[in-house]
Amino acid sequence: MLPLLSIITFLPLAGALIILFLVRGDSNQAIRNARLTALWTTIATFIISLFVLGGFDSSDTGFQFVEERPWLGFLTYKMGVDGISVLFVMLTTFMMPLVIWASWGVENRVKEYMIAFLILETFMIGVFCALDMILFYLFFEGGLIPMFLIIGVWGGKERVYAAFKFFLYTLIGSLLMLVAMIAMYWDAGTTDITALLNHNFSSETVDLFGWQIIGGFQTFLWLAFFASFAVKMPMWPVHTWLPDAHVQAPTAGSVVLAAILLKMGGYGFIRFSLPMFPIASEYFAGFVYFLSAVAIVYTSLVALMQEDIKKLIAYSSVAHMGFVTMGIFAANQQGVDGAIFQMISHGFISGALFLCVGVIYDRMHTREISAYGGLVVRMPVYAAIFMLFTMGNVGLPGTSGFVGEFLTLAGVFQESTWAALFATSGVILSAGYALWLYKRVVFGELIKESLKQIEDVTPREKMIFAPLVVGTILLGVYPSLITDVFGPSVEALLAQVDAAQVAASQVAMK
Amino acid sequence: MIGADISIILPEVILAVSAMALLMLGTYGGGDKQAVLINWLVAGLLFVLGLWIMLDPSEGEAFNGAFIADGFAQYTKVLMLWSAAIILVLARDFLQKRELLKFEFPILIALSVVGMMIMVSAGDLMNLYMGLELQSLSLYVVAAFRRDSLKSTEAGLKYFVLGALSSGLLLYGASMVYGYTGTTNLGQVAEVVAAEGVGLGLTFGIVFLCAGLAFKISAAPFHMWTPDVYEGSPTPVTAFFASAPKVAAAAMFARVMYDGFGDAPEAWRQIIVFISIASMFWGAIAAIGQTDIKRLMAYSSIGHMGFALVGLAAGTEQGAQALLVYLAIYVVMNIGMFAYILCMERGGRPVTQISDLAGLSKASPGHALALTALLFSLAGVPPLAGFFGKYFVFLAAVEAGLAPLAIAGAIASVIGAFYYLRIVKMMYFDEVGEALDGRLSLSHRLALGVSALAMSVAWLPFLNGFGVVEISASAAASLVQ
Repeated sequence: MLPLLSIITFLPLAGALIILFLVRGDSNQAIRNARLTALWTTIATFIISLFVLGGFDSSDTGFQFVEERPWLGFLTYKMGVDGISVLFVMLTTFMMPLVIWASWGVENRVKEYMIAFLILETFMIGVFCALDMILFYLFFEGGLIPMFLIIGVWGGKERVYAAFKFFLYTLIGSLLMLVAMIAMYWDAGTTDITALLNHNFSSETVDLFGWQIIGGFQTFLWLAFFASFAVKMPMWPVHTWLPDAHVQAPTAGSVVLAAILLKMGGYGFIRFSLPMFPIASEYFAGFVYFLSAVAIVYTSLVALMQEDIKKLIAYSSVAHMGFVTMGIFAANQQGVDGAIFQMISHGFISGALFLCVGVIYDRMHTREISAYGGLVVRMPVYAAIFMLFTMGNVGLPGTSGFVGEFLTLAGVFQESTWAALFATSGVILSAGYALWLYKRVVFGELIKESLKQIEDVTPREKMIFAPLVVGTILLGVYPSLITDVFGPSVEALLAQVDAAQVAASQVAMK
Repeated sequence: MIGADISIILPEVILAVSAMALLMLGTYGGGDKQAVLINWLVAGLLFVLGLWIMLDPSEGEAFNGAFIADGFAQYTKVLMLWSAAIILVLARDFLQKRELLKFEFPILIALSVVGMMIMVSAGDLMNLYMGLELQSLSLYVVAAFRRDSLKSTEAGLKYFVLGALSSGLLLYGASMVYGYTGTTNLGQVAEVVAAEGVGLGLTFGIVFLCAGLAFKISAAPFHMWTPDVYEGSPTPVTAFFASAPKVAAAAMFARVMYDGFGDAPEAWRQIIVFISIASMFWGAIAAIGQTDIKRLMAYSSIGHMGFALVGLAAGTEQGAQALLVYLAIYVVMNIGMFAYILCMERGGRPVTQISDLAGLSKASPGHALALTALLFSLAGVPPLAGFFGKYFVFLAAVEAGLAPLAIAGAIASVIGAFYYLRIVKMMYFDEVGEALDGRLSLSHRLALGVSALAMSVAWLPFLNGFGVVEISASAAASLVQ
């Protein structure tokens, strides 16, 4: 059988090498070649990933398309997908051609730009396919390099600050995770994720300088992984890198960041924290609810006051990710299903919203809300598209945003009424900031002189938005399209978590 | 019997005799006119000796255990010989342009390499001291090689005075070890330690030994000489300082600790843990404010030595292996960096400010790309080789129950990442100021390109990390036995 996962992971890298070595010079022809190579590489990757999805058996809860080879003498190269990760792989391969196509307007260092995005795609797909802990880490952290350059080279005015903040924040979390991974290897004697999922990490209370650490070893590991994934997610209060990075990144960078990179945190929680450290996860669930509820309410309020469109959407992302973390640590079927659904749906919606901002930014070169108003007069199609995704962001029934929020809230409500109560108020607030933004940008009279000549979306932009529009509505009205894919895997995962928690409580009773 | 001994130290003998013969050639055969020839001859000889040691690893002990040729010594010798050879080739251009290429330069380097080879093979504290002094005296001279430059002379003098002090500390430590164990032979010291344990007096001896050794690898808090000497010395000398002598000193450190006190790691672990943490943090924090790239590399080397010491602190076979892997990666990264730093010129004059690199990605994209790979590798970001070095030392530390040390290392490497990123930022995010000349001779281009490529692709399955992992494993096994 063909190693399909390795092919889709490394195909973008091959495309990057082709651009690096075969596309010469700075002529218009060379730039065109670089763009087209990148676009076709990502499209080919998407098509091959469709074969993965087509060959995927969603009734099987184990890992499929598994490849395993010894590597470097001390590591294993192991790839595979289950119902959860296959969707994230699909999300990545689906978004990348759109992102590349949306970058046609980039004129500065086009070759390097395309290379950076293709390398980034390799790392992103690798994160979701890796079944070896160290391999996962390599991909997880390797993605920082291209993203650092993307923000720093093609970003806005404050790009240097934003790039450094992004890199260093993420790095400190990941390095703590690395130490935890080494400790896990030392304890379990393997870095194979499938084996680690079945390993019982000790949860006996440890005495540390007179402090009784409940959950012991699991607690330490959980906290180290939390440091990494909470930053990546990002959760309040370590979210502050995100608005900076989003605002300064070029449009395509923002889209990738919002649609895919943030999902790595949530994926990590589901793949590592919850199943491997179930006792610690239970112990910290309240803590996560608290942080998530604060994130939802606080960042929604902050979003209300933003004057920069991108910053507003960035804060709304933090709020939406709050639902995800809450859902994951509710650790029941609705909660985790909802969290995964919310991540996929948020990938479409926030990606599309950043593209919407990109459309008007390309024309007016400003992201100030006050610089716009009355766009509907000159840009009716744009207004309709923007409307749809605003509604999706609000969580209107019929869009994919509703399903995710509803499921997570239903899941959390069973565990903690208070957390659900606060989170629900976030839904109302999100309607506030999103609709208000829409009103200020699109409605009203077109009085600003500079806007009088603005053009509506071009055919290229329409084609970029089309798949996202279809995706958002399709998932909104027919959610079982993807819940059927990840449902069985989630069920198996939760059964295992429950068993571990029950076993631990029985030990405690004795 | 003596014949068998000689055959074991044959590489050292050949190098020492050749160095003296070449000295004669230089003195009586036309002086500096022969400098280029001697430079090539020494570089070639170093390379061939390295190849010989690698292909024909005859192991054994000579002179009643005073000289040990085992896998560990061979591994580090190959590393030192080859890096010294490469630095000599890279140095030629720079020195010739500035009329600094005197025939004594390659000979002094050769003699210091003889000293290093004895250091890593020393099985006796006296032998170790002799090797160390041979190396140090040669290095004092090359640090002050640019006689008419105030800075270079100052660097040489500073290095000499502080180096002599640290040698004194080391000797004092050795004398205490002798006083409390009755022997200077490391193997016999180990027997005494195994039989009687480590008493208070011996602990004092170990502390002094460690202080002296830490000075030689420029670990904090004995690092003060490093930035000044790195900055003041001619750049090729700095490049040399950053490679072979570091390997030699770190290997010697490991040799003394493992062979002499391997049975009582608790007696010296605390000290190593402390210097390791201090070096990692001080190297990272102090580098942030630097504007001169040579000073920056000095702090970078302090930090990297801290990471290498994490492996030593583990005190296990894993730890020794981690140390060896780390040193190999470190040396390759440094050679690549200095291959470029040696060629940083504007209008034919050497420049060393970091800001001189501004906008390099536009002026010479290839060089910028290679440097970026090296810098990310120095910062330890995967999938570049520098990450695997850190992975190995952290692994060894956690397995030895030193998880807090690994966590400290993780935090220090985030701080360290900042200043490496700052250089990337200069090259990619900033606008071009006054462009550098940007001419690299073939050898420099090769060194930069090959090292950057090696660091970037070492993880590829068919390269298998260039076999360093397996070789270092057997080398570490021979040290620990």
